[in-house]
Amino acid sequence: MAFNLHYKRFGERSILIEWPAMIDENILRDIIRFKDQIFKNNIKEIVELKSAYNSLLIIYDSICRNFEKDAELLKKLYESADLQHDIVSKLWKIPVCYDPIFGIDLQAISKEKGISINEIINRHSQAIYTVYFIGFLPGFLYLGGLNKSLFVPRKATPRLKVERGSVAIGENQTGIYPKESPGGWNIIGNSPISFFDVTKEIPCFSQPGDQIVFYPISLREYENIKTLVDEGVYQMESEVLDG
Amino acid sequence: MVEVLKAGFYDSIQDLGRLGYQQYGVPTSGVMDMFSALKANNLLGNDSKVAVMEMTMTGPILKFHCNTAICITGADLSPSLNGNPVKINAVQKVDKGDTLSFGKLNHGFRSYLSVLGGFNAESVLQSKSMYQGITKQFKIDKNDVLDIVSDSSPGFIKKHASIKWDDTFFKTKMINVYKGPEFDHLSKIQLEQLFSSDFTISKNNNRMAYQLEEKFENKLEPILTSLVIPGTVQLTPAGNLIVLMRDCQTTGGYPRIFQLEEKAMDILAQKYIGQKIKFQLIT
Repeated sequence: MAFNLHYKRFGERSILIEWPAMIDENILRDIIRFKDQIFKNNIKEIVELKSAYNSLLIIYDSICRNFEKDAELLKKLYESADLQHDIVSKLWKIPVCYDPIFGIDLQAISKEKGISINEIINRHSQAIYTVYFIGFLPGFLYLGGLNKSLFVPRKATPRLKVERGSVAIGENQTGIYPKESPGGWNIIGNSPISFFDVTKEIPCFSQPGDQIVFYPISLREYENIKTLVDEGVYQMESEVLDG
Repeated sequence: MVEVLKAGFYDSIQDLGRLGYQQYGVPTSGVMDMFSALKANNLLGNDSKVAVMEMTMTGPILKFHCNTAICITGADLSPSLNGNPVKINAVQKVDKGDTLSFGKLNHGFRSYLSVLGGFNAESVLQSKSMYQGITKQFKIDKNDVLDIVSDSSPGFIKKHASIKWDDTFFKTKMINVYKGPEFDHLSKIQLEQLFSSDFTISKNNNRMAYQLEEKFENKLEPILTSLVIPGTVQLTPAGNLIVLMRDCQTTGGYPRIFQLEEKAMDILAQKYIGQKIKFQLIT
């Protein structure tokens, strides 16, 4: 494969693998391929496998591992991974209500950027976002693809309470708070769907490599969808994408 | 069944943690001092994976509604059964109607209570470890009724199983660390300061992280959001050190300068505000 990777020992039983430090879809695909290759080889001692923009962390179940040997095995797996291997990913359609009731920072962003609220909503809901990884909170998706004109710095003082479902912008990123939490991002709307469900075997519907689009809904539609979600009968719209 | 007549400062049910869910942003959780918690289960003859009660600084008052056996390890919170002192690191038979209470903190910060068979709390994502937002309850409250896995009279308990407690474990201030991913970004002066100074546990210490008091100049750039695990030591732009503990987030953007040895996490989990630690590099 194309990248020169760094293998670093991380404590007694983890190995961190690093790609060049940038947000890049080619790196994301390379990480996913490597991850799939590790999965396919079913190495029993691995208890956790998690990734971020440019890194992959492998946690083993027993301490006192032979770092050199483990790293060598991983390097071989990376080299043998199939470049043509199709990555199975999905496009998820996420309803968002941008009503001022939820979009409490829309007015301020509009003023600062000199863009009308409608135009902010258009630009936010017309982009296709890529899921890079899940972190920060259970079910919080790190998304790439925000329109540059919507980059807004984080709030100087974070809010102590951001509502569950809040759709927000922080610097060059946009995301959804899967649960109520403190947070410093600028809130532009709210999604009624559930991003994290502990009762499911896989608690998060989306995974790295997936794509996300937001579509605007009215307050009334918001209430309708929320009812379906609370009843556990809401069906998310999605399409399978070709690798 | 165990009834909580009074809650301690922060008691929770913990096992060895939630494995395999960090990829969904779910913290590992689990007992803070694994060494002591394992000891509590081992002495009772329990499987090491069963859930124990973790008590912080002050203990609860518990009333047992069944015959069982218990073992208390970790911090010495002066436990007593019906008013009579209970030995730490030893198996104690408990009869239906007995009341277990705790008193003065003698050493350590976190104490572990195991019961024969283990506590039977709600299991979410394959773990009974309490964590806010994952389990319905994140700490034990007054009037809670805790279930025990095998609510039956103890048969063959190791009545005389006990071991001496390891004094150095609580007294040592040495915290062994490996190099973290951004270790090589540190300057010579920073390295000298990091390994020659004592660091003080600040008031911001909990199951998520221990922040250290001392500040020093730091010009390291933040990193592209990357992966962290319990035991990762981060250096903030303000020049503070934060040691991540079992309930930490799965990702972070501050340089990761050290990674604690697993045993050092157990040692740190027994420290509290104002106590000193010193880092020692191991390879």
